[in-house]
Amino acid sequence: MSTVSPVASPHAYLQAQARWQPAEIVFWLATLLPFWLFPDYLVLASQIAITALFALSLDLILGYAGIVSLGHAAFFGLGAYTAGLVAKHGWGEPISGLLLGALVAGIVGYGASFIVSRFRHLALIMITLGMGLLLHEAANSASWLTGGADGLQGVKIWPIFNTFRFDLYGYTAYTYSLVVLFLVFLLTRRIINSPFGLSLRGIRENSVRMPALGAPSRAHLRKIYTISAVIAGVAGALLAQATETVSLEVLGFQRSADVLVILILGGAGRLYGGLIGAIIFMVARDQFSGIAPQYWYFWIGLLLIGVVMFLPNGILGGIAKLTASRRERRGSA
Amino acid sequence: MIGPVIGVLFDGFAYGMLLFLLSVGLSVTLGMMNFVNLAHCAFAMLGGYVTVTLMNQFKWPFFATLPFAFLAAALISVVFERVLYRRLYRASDLDQVLLTIGLAFVSVAVAAYLYGTIQQPVQMPSYLRGSVTIFGLSFGVYRLFLVGVSLAITLLLIGALEYTRFGAQVRAAVDNQRMARGLGINVDGAFAFTFALGSGLAGLGGALAIEIVGLDPSFAFTYLIYVLIVVSVGGLGSIAGSFAAATLIGISDVAGKYYVPELGAFLIYLVMVVLLMWRPAGLFGRR
Repeated sequence: MSTVSPVASPHAYLQAQARWQPAEIVFWLATLLPFWLFPDYLVLASQIAITALFALSLDLILGYAGIVSLGHAAFFGLGAYTAGLVAKHGWGEPISGLLLGALVAGIVGYGASFIVSRFRHLALIMITLGMGLLLHEAANSASWLTGGADGLQGVKIWPIFNTFRFDLYGYTAYTYSLVVLFLVFLLTRRIINSPFGLSLRGIRENSVRMPALGAPSRAHLRKIYTISAVIAGVAGALLAQATETVSLEVLGFQRSADVLVILILGGAGRLYGGLIGAIIFMVARDQFSGIAPQYWYFWIGLLLIGVVMFLPNGILGGIAKLTASRRERRGSA
Repeated sequence: MIGPVIGVLFDGFAYGMLLFLLSVGLSVTLGMMNFVNLAHCAFAMLGGYVTVTLMNQFKWPFFATLPFAFLAAALISVVFERVLYRRLYRASDLDQVLLTIGLAFVSVAVAAYLYGTIQQPVQMPSYLRGSVTIFGLSFGVYRLFLVGVSLAITLLLIGALEYTRFGAQVRAAVDNQRMARGLGINVDGAFAFTFALGSGLAGLGGALAIEIVGLDPSFAFTYLIYVLIVVSVGGLGSIAGSFAAATLIGISDVAGKYYVPELGAFLIYLVMVVLLMWRPAGLFGRR
């Protein structure tokens, strides 16, 4: 990365960015470890993979395009309810359910993107928050469809490819979530390392100047917001299928806030930020919740304050800074 | 026929006045420093708990606790402002949102630790209970008291902002912070004072809210959403805007819950999103 000089051709720069690092390969191999090391925690591992996918979708708009959203759970919930409802009403095939969830979230996301791309700052935060709350209230009111506060019951998912049944130990659920996560990750990685991804980062830094360079800010923002909604919908559909239930909580403000915390903790604007954040957050919650459930948010709050004050780019940003300064010291010595 | 309508309007207005007290401080500080303070309602909650503690543990009368609710929220908020907030005035929206959401999370957990997650019981003095009948319509005494207090505070605030030297400095800082600094106005000092005043009013609002909406640790988030709606609809830095928005939101919320209960809070979220799409800077916003 540091070997590319700023005057190199843009294609050389993008290609250098897109090269697979050894650490990345190690990371993805390590995601297979739970099958042997923690076979009792495969259900948790599948939840982590789903949360990581959701965080990845938020990273696309928040980390790369600079759209601060406090209502991203809306798309997660849309995907979850679509997949859940389809399965409840007699079509339990998981892959098509996943695609349908993605489609519905994508259509709504495309509609919402026309609103979202027009605003910035406080109005943007309030509008995303308001749209999330609206959908939550709507799902709560329409209890004939969604089951309201009791959640959606009677979701039956067929075995994947008619062979792999969803088991109690989460073996299938984790395999399924991990494969989907990896495929979407490859897609995301491709988007980020494309000229389109690069211009998104330009829009994040200065949305007024980018049109002058020939990159239409709003059209780009609409595109990435829709993509992000699709991915969030996939994550929601995965959760509905893996747990065979959908609760109203999938649309809640808490979920939007949690995924923001996860992304910030890991490091926004980095492909692995949401993934690392999801692992730490979910494992910590699993460990701490046994001790003191209602005080969990005390530590989350403290963590947020600490991250904003001392680690402005999250854990991965801090690590990158450390290695950079070490390399510099070695270089000067 | 007309009786229930006036009753709903009056209850909505009283509720709106409560929202106004809770949100006016946030509106002015947002207008001045563009600082998104999502922990604002945590200070309101603090005021509420100060009143509950003084009344239930120390047997103070209700009225004597109100100044302390104000002072406690004002003092603690200014400590946070000096120690944490001021470092982030130039940071991005996202960092401000994260820091203050973190503070709100901590405040909720601390309140749950100290007081439990149940609603706090308070016994209002007898002269604030019951209702009076005017022209054949009955009004709750406490709500009349709430409206009176809020109107008095509104007049005081507008007077202070329009007719004092300090008010002129605050208005200058809201309009153009850099220019105000250039003219030698101590913007940081004015901001710290305004911040303390706004949080103090939120604390007072929190104390007054117990009788109407109750008090439990989730207060910091439940009412944050209402306060943000009022602020963003009213426009930043505008007292008149906050007043109008609070009245509008209060009445539409109470009327919505009374006439179409199945919609729940749907109505006011819709009002907010539509208003913001029409005027992103709020009803009275200038930017």
